[in-house]
Amino acid sequence: MRSVREAVAGFGRAPLLGGLSVGSIAVSLFIVGLFAVAGHNVDRALSGVESRVEVVAYVRDAVDEELVGLAVAEMEAYPEVDHVTYVSKVEALYRASQELTEFSDVFSDLEVNPLPASLVVQLAEGSRTPADAERVAERIEGYDFVEEVRYGREWVDRLYRLRRIVGGGALLLGGSFAIGAVLLIGIAVRMAILARRREISIMKTVGATESYIRRPFLVEGLLTGLLGGLLAALLTYGAYRIVDRALLPLEWVPEWWVAVGLVFAALLGMAAATRAVRRELRRIDVY
Amino acid sequence: MIKLQAVTKAYGRTAHALDDVSIHVGKGEMVFLTGASGAGKTTVLRLVHMQTKPTKGEVRVSRFSSSRIRRRELPELRRRVGFVFQDFRLLESLSAAENVAFALECTGTPRAKTGPRVQKLLAQVGLAARARSYPRELSGGEQQRVAIARALATEPLVLLADEPTGNLDDRAATGVFSLFRRINASGTTLVMATHDAELIRRNPDVRVIELEDGAVVFDSASGASS
Repeated sequence: MRSVREAVAGFGRAPLLGGLSVGSIAVSLFIVGLFAVAGHNVDRALSGVESRVEVVAYVRDAVDEELVGLAVAEMEAYPEVDHVTYVSKVEALYRASQELTEFSDVFSDLEVNPLPASLVVQLAEGSRTPADAERVAERIEGYDFVEEVRYGREWVDRLYRLRRIVGGGALLLGGSFAIGAVLLIGIAVRMAILARRREISIMKTVGATESYIRRPFLVEGLLTGLLGGLLAALLTYGAYRIVDRALLPLEWVPEWWVAVGLVFAALLGMAAATRAVRRELRRIDVY
Repeated sequence: MIKLQAVTKAYGRTAHALDDVSIHVGKGEMVFLTGASGAGKTTVLRLVHMQTKPTKGEVRVSRFSSSRIRRRELPELRRRVGFVFQDFRLLESLSAAENVAFALECTGTPRAKTGPRVQKLLAQVGLAARARSYPRELSGGEQQRVAIARALATEPLVLLADEPTGNLDDRAATGVFSLFRRINASGTTLVMATHDAELIRRNPDVRVIELEDGAVVFDSASGASS
């Protein structure tokens, strides 16, 4: 209780510095928060895309269908494969004329069907990653009757790259602001210690333990971190609402992410204070 | 109770605050530590309070030894060795009672016991009636008494006083000194650094250790001077 009272009094002694410390933690975690919202939504998009990741193998013309049937059975035995659908030349033309209605005239005037038959390979859940798709594609390319294999590699790769960039960006920007916040909290705690130099010296003279002397400063760091974290959560939520309403529909991050963020903020504040206190208290002795 | 064994305290390579000093103060003894400014009186007190370590030799206080004590044991030592400063070092924003209570609180005395204990300590130094006064409202002698009450809060076995009467007029100094006498009579070992020759002359029964340039040049206990 004494620690909390004194920590609050510490804020009162240097409100500007305290405010700056809270603000800097808030800014660093706000940036992390923005990236978290972005990352969470990219993840959602990715899981949607993943369920549609499929490998398409185009079959050469005039191939024995029985041979293809045997190959399909083989492919369905791959652990990464859920099931394989054979799309014949006729079916391919039918689908094309259905899906591309603006070209229906062109399709009906054709004398020869130019579309190849294909095998649509649906990947099993848990194997819908670019790496798995590529491995399956490589194996299927080995069949003689297969002319070409496609699996939408480019945009799957692109989404994964975006995910990595979002994660890296959060780490880099959030991390550099967090370092700034740690330094600012350190300064604030050092100022608080200097303001109480005489008191601390008397405490040491009469035999107060180090932990008794340190505690209020650590609580001050913890509260600074927690306040910064709360502010960051509010700012992030505000930004999320604005984008969600005005630009594109987004989903808010899971609640436990917010809880982890707050705990992290509090620990960051306390770690910064611990560092400053350890250094500064050794300098103060009885004389 | 206090033993300095061949203690040297050097600052830098050449400056010696103390040079090969050996002092032994028994339990319940009262000692004047005297000498000119810079003779090493304060250094002896700081070594006994273990605010600093000797460069050579060993300082022992009760069961604590300068060569073995750990940082986390210092609070325990400091509770057994009270310290009184020349400039009182009271917290201006706290009343006399609160200054004494501060020492009790930060050494873990339960809140319920603090009030009665503070009253007792202030009564012991003759200031029960000034409990609510702030340092600025007290005379120098009264402030020093509050500081002594604070130093006694942890019931120390040893009380160190660094020129405690140096900032006081004769009357206040006499009052503070007679308080020290009473504290010592109750069994507390007392080491008082002073260069007040008159005070020493008026109290011939108190042991005198004189320092000069970081060395003991006279000890009335052995009667020897070097």
